[in-house]
Amino acid sequence: MAKKMHETPNLDQLESGPWPSFVTGLKRLAQDNDMMVDLLGQLEHSYQTRKGYWKGGTVGVFGYGGGVIPRFSEVASMFPESSEFHTLRIMPPAGMHYNTDILRKFCDIWERHGSGLIAFHGQSGDIMFQGISSDNVQPAFDELNELGFDMGGAGPAVRTSMSCVGAARCEQSCYDEGKALRMVVNNFLDDMHRPALPYKFKFKFSGCPNDCVNSIQRADMAVIGTWRDNMRVDEGLARKWYAKHGMDDLVNNVISRCPTKAITLKESAKVAKGERISAVAVSDTHSVEVDNSNCVRCMHCINVMTGALATGTDKGVSVLVGGKRTLKIGDLMGTMVVPFMKLETEEDFEALVELAGNMIDFFAENALEHERTGEMIERIGLVNFLEGIGLDIDPNMVNYPRTNPYVRMDGWDEEVAKIKQKQASAA
Amino acid sequence: MAEMRQPIESGVPDHVQYLHPLMKKNYGNWKYHDRPRPGVLHHVAHNGDQIWTVKAGTQRQMDLYTIRKLCDIADKFAEGHVRFTTRSNIEYMVSDEKKVAPLVAELTNSGFPVGGTGNSVSMIAHTQGWLHCDIPGTDASGAVKALMDELHHEFINEEMPHRVKITTSCCEINCGGQGDIAIVIQHTKPPKINHDLVANACERPTVVARCPVAAIRPALVNGKPSLEVDEKKCICCGACYPPCPPMQINDPEHSKFAIWVGGKNANARGKPTFHKMVAAGIPNNPPRWPEVAEVVKKILHAYKEDAHPWERTSDWIDRIGWPRFFEKTGLPFVKYMIDDWRGSRASLNASAHVRF
Repeated sequence: MAKKMHETPNLDQLESGPWPSFVTGLKRLAQDNDMMVDLLGQLEHSYQTRKGYWKGGTVGVFGYGGGVIPRFSEVASMFPESSEFHTLRIMPPAGMHYNTDILRKFCDIWERHGSGLIAFHGQSGDIMFQGISSDNVQPAFDELNELGFDMGGAGPAVRTSMSCVGAARCEQSCYDEGKALRMVVNNFLDDMHRPALPYKFKFKFSGCPNDCVNSIQRADMAVIGTWRDNMRVDEGLARKWYAKHGMDDLVNNVISRCPTKAITLKESAKVAKGERISAVAVSDTHSVEVDNSNCVRCMHCINVMTGALATGTDKGVSVLVGGKRTLKIGDLMGTMVVPFMKLETEEDFEALVELAGNMIDFFAENALEHERTGEMIERIGLVNFLEGIGLDIDPNMVNYPRTNPYVRMDGWDEEVAKIKQKQASAA
Repeated sequence: MAEMRQPIESGVPDHVQYLHPLMKKNYGNWKYHDRPRPGVLHHVAHNGDQIWTVKAGTQRQMDLYTIRKLCDIADKFAEGHVRFTTRSNIEYMVSDEKKVAPLVAELTNSGFPVGGTGNSVSMIAHTQGWLHCDIPGTDASGAVKALMDELHHEFINEEMPHRVKITTSCCEINCGGQGDIAIVIQHTKPPKINHDLVANACERPTVVARCPVAAIRPALVNGKPSLEVDEKKCICCGACYPPCPPMQINDPEHSKFAIWVGGKNANARGKPTFHKMVAAGIPNNPPRWPEVAEVVKKILHAYKEDAHPWERTSDWIDRIGWPRFFEKTGLPFVKYMIDDWRGSRASLNASAHVRF
């Protein structure tokens, strides 16, 4: 364990400066670990030649078909000790909460079997245990698995999921994100650990429309907390906020930033009455009035006046599908497919799992190879997707109706009758 | 052969066992929060319980000595519980306000900048790069380290109009994700094909199907089955490279950086937005990528000067318009920024709205 360090003039320049240096960390590991000596050598070689030198391969653990990211060096003759430098993707607890006991155990396991380098966390949310030889993959996984941790997703599979901090420490949380994440993902472990889908499928769980885990832009199925009753208000906190910030801030940063003009400033005596009105006095003369029926739950005013304005209590989730990044047809946002569903009772959570299952089944049967859910929906149209998974259409699913007449509408009368019947049975 | 151990298919572990006791007690029962100082959050529950959170930046790719040090700090100063944010910041939760200042001091003295809250520039969401990816055009950890050194002041203070989220990505797949500012490799030349290797390394129909512009076709080159690229059609996206490594897309000189602005994931105010390209042709220049930092700082400076409170970069540009964005940042508006991909006409100005 005393291999001579390579010269690393480029990497050395990343040890100065106020931000924590990963290079300093790699060098510390290299003192006791020859794999890291050569890893530093290869990384320096990349910096000098401006090219990457890793290639994939096949490495796994017994019983699973995915979760290990194999990396074999293309320059192993120069850097033999790091010729195999695989990553284990391990699923974190929802919200990425830990105690020091479990983190120390991770470190001990990775010190014994791996390079000692761990990333908290990868962009999909995995704990990435980086740098291990092929022979050590199985024993390292076995020990992590015995601690109650399981392999994450890779390849054409259900992927590791993420949730925000949520109910654990956020007043804006609208459901139990951790429970939803765990129930949904743990129902599709077979599709995670034995990759056989057309392509990847990602779930993400955000507690409110601030969407702190970027679910609309990144998840095939985004579950976002929302509410359908009136916003709650707290006069004490509202007055405190106003006393500190004043009228300019209230008008410019709260009232006028409401995207649907659902919030107005009123003399307190003139505040409207009505079932869908929330109002709170900010001073002895003025109140803020919210027309809840026109609020789109964007979160802005609640973010600014935290506690003074708050989410309602009839909470649940909205579900969007089909978000993804560029390749290959261009960026796609998720599309609203379930404007609201409750998520409180066990039956509610089971309904969410069932919805997820319907989506994955439809995706498995209908997507082309290497096609994400959003691309499939673009190819077949939203209505075909909704009919395939058994969801009713809703005007909340569109920004606006069709702008062109190029459509066969033979079934118009039947569709209208169906909707009228549904409205009648709901009434 | 010894009998193999069957995995315990336990899935996602229960997070509740790792929660700070006060978070477990008040799960779903928080009322509001405020920020006593940059890097510190103060949450109050409906029953009056209070919890303080101290947020600090990390290098994300952490050696186990760093993790053990962070654990030592948690055990000595912060009740033994931590969590990580999606941007790889670490958060310590304490039940007593008196514990905040010593914790902040200990983190700062140990080299972990305290900040990343409110109107700061938080840690850059990033990817793997040369350290571990099989298709990277650049490094991630190094580029982020260099940039965060430059942005340290903006991380530990809350001086921006609103929060700023930056991402970096080592290829156009953009694993770093959407950002107020996104720094993404942009290839400018078609792949260089090693025809000796294609037949053995690539499933050719898969590679042909992967191309977004149908520029790849099977070909016989020097008597060997291979692939060829119609270089006039090729958009240099690199989609063929992962399924076919002999189609090398990364180029030390011609793989450049592009910079994008205005991505927003929140639904706050306007709907979520994608980031838009505002600069490109920036050299991939390790170990500190100074040309990238220069453009990023130019954009941040203009935003800091001109945006109103609560305007994210997208809100700011919505208000002032793109011509003024380019004017204020001094960045040239180049013909390649006018989209011609599918659906692109929706990005054109179909109105008489012009700011003079």
